[in-house]
Amino acid sequence: MIKRFLYSQKVAPYVFVLPFILVFLIFWAYPLGSSLTMSFQKMTLGQEAQWIGFDNYTKLMGDTVFLKAVINSAIYMVLTLAILIPFPMLFAVLINSKFMWGREFFKSSFFFPALTSVVVAGTIFRLMFGEMEGSLINSILGMFGIDPVKFLKGQITGYIALVALATWRWTGVNMLYFLSGLKNISEDYYEAASIDGASKFQQFTRITMPLLKPTTIYVLTISIYAGLAMFIESMMLWNGNNSPKNIGLTIVGYLYRQGIEKNNLGYAAAVGIVLLAITMIINLTQLAFSGMFKKED
Amino acid sequence: MKKETAIKIVLFIFFAIICVLVLIPFYAVTIASFKPGEDLIRYGLNLRFDISAMSLDNFAYLFTGEHSYFSWFFNSVLLTVVQVALTLIISATVAYGFSAYEFKGKNFLFICVLLIMMVPFEILLLPLYTLTYNIGLMNSYSAIILPGIASAATIFFFRQYLSGIPKEIISAGRVDGASEYGIYIRLILPVMKPSFAAMAILNGMNSWNNFLWPFMVLSNANKYTLPIGLKTLLTPYGNNYDLLIVGSFFSILPIFILFVAFQKYFIDGMTAGAVKG
Repeated sequence: MIKRFLYSQKVAPYVFVLPFILVFLIFWAYPLGSSLTMSFQKMTLGQEAQWIGFDNYTKLMGDTVFLKAVINSAIYMVLTLAILIPFPMLFAVLINSKFMWGREFFKSSFFFPALTSVVVAGTIFRLMFGEMEGSLINSILGMFGIDPVKFLKGQITGYIALVALATWRWTGVNMLYFLSGLKNISEDYYEAASIDGASKFQQFTRITMPLLKPTTIYVLTISIYAGLAMFIESMMLWNGNNSPKNIGLTIVGYLYRQGIEKNNLGYAAAVGIVLLAITMIINLTQLAFSGMFKKED
Repeated sequence: MKKETAIKIVLFIFFAIICVLVLIPFYAVTIASFKPGEDLIRYGLNLRFDISAMSLDNFAYLFTGEHSYFSWFFNSVLLTVVQVALTLIISATVAYGFSAYEFKGKNFLFICVLLIMMVPFEILLLPLYTLTYNIGLMNSYSAIILPGIASAATIFFFRQYLSGIPKEIISAGRVDGASEYGIYIRLILPVMKPSFAAMAILNGMNSWNNFLWPFMVLSNANKYTLPIGLKTLLTPYGNNYDLLIVGSFFSILPIFILFVAFQKYFIDGMTAGAVKG
């Protein structure tokens, strides 16, 4: 009887998707819900929680360290977007052109950094951006007669190190995304355009860029997400979650500091909810905008 | 014709320069792994190729010294293999449910799959941490494997792949009297084989490099994975560069070998999400 019930065509699909339903409820919906509740509570691990209304949020609004973290994450996101979209797109177009020698070799070597863990990559970059005269970047600057820079002690130079790490790891991956987008563009468009006398540059702006839009939106969405949620990169570069004057502190870094290091779970949950709100607002705005452009076409 | 050659040369040089920049960190870490750790502390990580300062001491220490590196390495291998196997089987099963049937709540559930992909996992760190603590899964690999076992991105990819498989296979199976589960196991899974490679690699890479969540959950040193172990070599009281550098170098090697052997699958796996974005 039970067997017939489980084997029926009506019940089988639910059996197939059951693991997802369970994981979704236990490890996603429930934590998200409890994150929301926690953000209205004063809470420490293993102790009874106390309801405190919007106190965590009002405290966050006046928290200058949190503001610093938000600014750092925002600047990091903007810088990575400014680099990790146009350059990979350009590289993809160039590497895809018929004038390219050694295409496969370059494709794999650009992709290679993405295979390293953040721990390993972060350690290497931390050492490369070391403050000694002999450290890699400083020794190169030395060749141009520039004095050694204490990269990880200054705000701007700190950003440079962070963005350099992101650029190194993700340029190749984003290039692959654009390459797979280019595969879907038919050669016919370009042939027609050259018959009409369009220059290579015109072909790029009028054919390639608009037709790469779905890929660009995808890359943009994941980069916004990755930029705002960045943490371990900073943790590795500064060898911990404490950078001088918080120059490397990010939103998730602050969440971690409050929640794990200071056992201030309620306050940290509020940080998480604010991050969720920021990510959602930016991404939905971005998607709405690209949708609007679509109607114009 | 001449102009074409000129363009080719310029392009090649341009890419070669960038390629050198990309490979410099690998070169630096490779030569550093042959130099004593004190060198690194005294002179910093650099590109100096000085054969007289180089030796195999670090490698000898890696393979014969007293440290936990290979226990971390073994833990990482074990965790990656188990995690990838379970995630693939379960995600493929779920994807088949979504692809082969029409059922009540299907669209709603699929929106949930997309939602998971859109919300940063980092937001769930703390509630997951308290949940793990409350159900007594701290310090266990289950706590690392379970939350991701029905991986949204993997389900999404498998479902795309399954939509290209003719539905006739399923109806033919039913005519032959196979059960709903028999159809999946005997007829569909074999056809899905090629898509498993790309997903195995994508999930394997993520699992091998996974750091933050395992770092929070695992406190018992003999359960540490490679990234956590390497991180413990960096302390506020001084860093064990002898092991750190050669260990980092050695942790990249297995992935590098897999990458060279299965390059196509790596690239398919990485770009899987972008195809239909």
